[in-house]
Amino acid sequence: MTTTQQAPFVPTPRAEGPLLEVRDLHVEFHTRDGVIRAVNGVNYSVSAGETLAVLGESGSGKSVTAQAIMGILDMPPAKIPQGEILFQGQDMLKMSAEERRGLRGAKIAMIFQDALSSLNPVLTVGYQLGEMFRVHQGLGKKEAKAKAIELMDRVKIPAAAARVNDFPHQFSGGMRQRIMIAMALALEPDLIIADEPTTALDVTVQAQVMDLLAELQREYNMGLILITHDLGVVADVADKIAVMYAGRIVEQAPVHELYKRPAHPYTRGLLDSIPRLDQKGQELFAIQGLPPNLLKVPTGCAFNPRCPMAQDICRTDLPALVEVSEQDGGVLPGRRSACHFWKETIHG
Amino acid sequence: MADIDKGEAVDATPDAAAASLEKPLERGEPILQVRNLKKHFPLTQGVLFKRQIGAVKAVDGISFDLYQGETLGIVGESGCGKSTVAKLLMNLEQATEGEVFYKGQDITKVSGRAMKAVRRNIQMVFQDPYTSLNPRMTVGDIIAEPFDIHPEAAPKGDRRRKVQELLDVVGLNPEYINRYPHQFSGGQRQRIGIARGLALNPEIIICDEPVSALDVSVQAQVINLMEKLQDEFNLSYIFIAHDLSIVRHISDRVGVMYLGKMAEIGTDTQIYDHPTHPYTQALLSAVPVPDPESREGRERIILTGDVPSPANPPSGCRFRTRCWKAQDKCAEEVPVLAVPERFKSSDSPAAHESACHFAEEKNVVHTG
Repeated sequence: MTTTQQAPFVPTPRAEGPLLEVRDLHVEFHTRDGVIRAVNGVNYSVSAGETLAVLGESGSGKSVTAQAIMGILDMPPAKIPQGEILFQGQDMLKMSAEERRGLRGAKIAMIFQDALSSLNPVLTVGYQLGEMFRVHQGLGKKEAKAKAIELMDRVKIPAAAARVNDFPHQFSGGMRQRIMIAMALALEPDLIIADEPTTALDVTVQAQVMDLLAELQREYNMGLILITHDLGVVADVADKIAVMYAGRIVEQAPVHELYKRPAHPYTRGLLDSIPRLDQKGQELFAIQGLPPNLLKVPTGCAFNPRCPMAQDICRTDLPALVEVSEQDGGVLPGRRSACHFWKETIHG
Repeated sequence: MADIDKGEAVDATPDAAAASLEKPLERGEPILQVRNLKKHFPLTQGVLFKRQIGAVKAVDGISFDLYQGETLGIVGESGCGKSTVAKLLMNLEQATEGEVFYKGQDITKVSGRAMKAVRRNIQMVFQDPYTSLNPRMTVGDIIAEPFDIHPEAAPKGDRRRKVQELLDVVGLNPEYINRYPHQFSGGQRQRIGIARGLALNPEIIICDEPVSALDVSVQAQVINLMEKLQDEFNLSYIFIAHDLSIVRHISDRVGVMYLGKMAEIGTDTQIYDHPTHPYTQALLSAVPVPDPESREGRERIILTGDVPSPANPPSGCRFRTRCWKAQDKCAEEVPVLAVPERFKSSDSPAAHESACHFAEEKNVVHTG
């Protein structure tokens, strides 16, 4: 099922450096109970053609960071007191609302987790896909519909021309997620942010959708930020990983390195606590305790109450995200850990 | 917890049916026998004069046994009927056809008092700990609610202490008894759900996706708790989930369902290391493995298309529309769930029940 009838993609010239760079981003929510610091100084970058996976549990700030990049946070209650989000070298936080709207969809697109609630149930999928072209490119109804069919073909929806007038509820979960992908691809963006794109899908369909996403990414040379909690999905597609905990990045590493030698006790705990398909273990390793309440984040390292390695220093001093090196001092490119005892964790 | 032991129910007037439930099981006798169980939901047309134009065959003839102290995992994609099976086993849905024998008694036929006695021994833990606990009730009231229906299980004055014991058993602070569900995290709420399931001291607990709504780090805690409780109270679990790794971890035997039918059933080693049904093989190969090294070595079978509608399932083998092995025979003849002829005389782990005309062993989980 290869699609060959599509128009060739012409890459847009890009500025030097990474496609997207998030620098020291902070996001706060002002609530009745106090200030929730959901994102606390996050730094990451994605280049064209690269896949960055942001891994974390609920409440880790992974989705809020993505929403800040897209500029779809509700402000208030959210507030960005500090930080920069550079897209092709320009700080999006300093742009006007109009300028940002021009980027959304055209340059940066987002795929949401729940396709059924992200699509409008009373409009046909063809209309919703065509809307991208009518609004952004000023195409007429007929042309927009033709483009919609082309897109549906592109994401391998069978009998696209016959199904263009169907409503979202007439599609299965996997097909709906394909429509979401098609919508994100419509204007050939440079960067796609996928927030748990396959969490609601069955494993067989999940594999189909991830394959499709990876294939399209290669074809269009897009940057991809994949937000997920599933270490399995990440291992299959990511180039590099940022692990988040309580609003901070606790570890960054190229994908192979992270799985082989985690440099943060939280990452190691996560890896140890997933049951494996190819072996039947005894008792599962479980990280003790619960993810922190963001209103009362523990002092020092936020992970210290759950950490088997915690010492006094972890309860008082916040560990910085530092570069990780080999035992003999050799550099490990792209690796960082925010743990006072990263040496013991990675080499011990 | 010694006093929540089995067999000391203070039932003043046990009728014959209830009495049969009290008798101990003989060795090797299954605690639950499911035979040719079917559930068809009618599809109707018309408003005034409703007529049936078809049926959604959610569960279409499945059979299995459950033994005391064991865990039977049931896996399958959404829409395969696994949750309907759970409801049928609880008699929350009326079966269209077939029998469910609990200790020799067909629970699809009983009602009233006898049903109440059965339900006391078969409890359920639900998927979503956010919606399965009443937000307006305290944890103490939620866990004690089964005692309102089965007052013989705990005398009135004793309930509070029992609830606190249950909280302790599932690893929650007994002082939390007056708190409300919103004051707990997802993992803690699932522990409350488990405590409620344990309240009546059941023999069988049916768990419908009990950990799929939880964070990874919390999932392991809940799974470990469930295994601990199983050993402590000699519970039998039916563990329904779509996460194949978790099912392997907790199950002694595993059944794979596809479109209302059992495709393959066997011990965890038979199913995971020696699958013979193409659907099981595809399902296993599609599971993302948390190890980037293995992404090159593994063969992945990517199924095309979606699960067909259970209202209009394909003829013959239901999997044939997505199967790469399908031949004419598959469209004509429904494969029966049995040990395939070619493996019958061998001791190999491939000799387990599989509903495929062309059953063949294929290792998809291990690499290298």
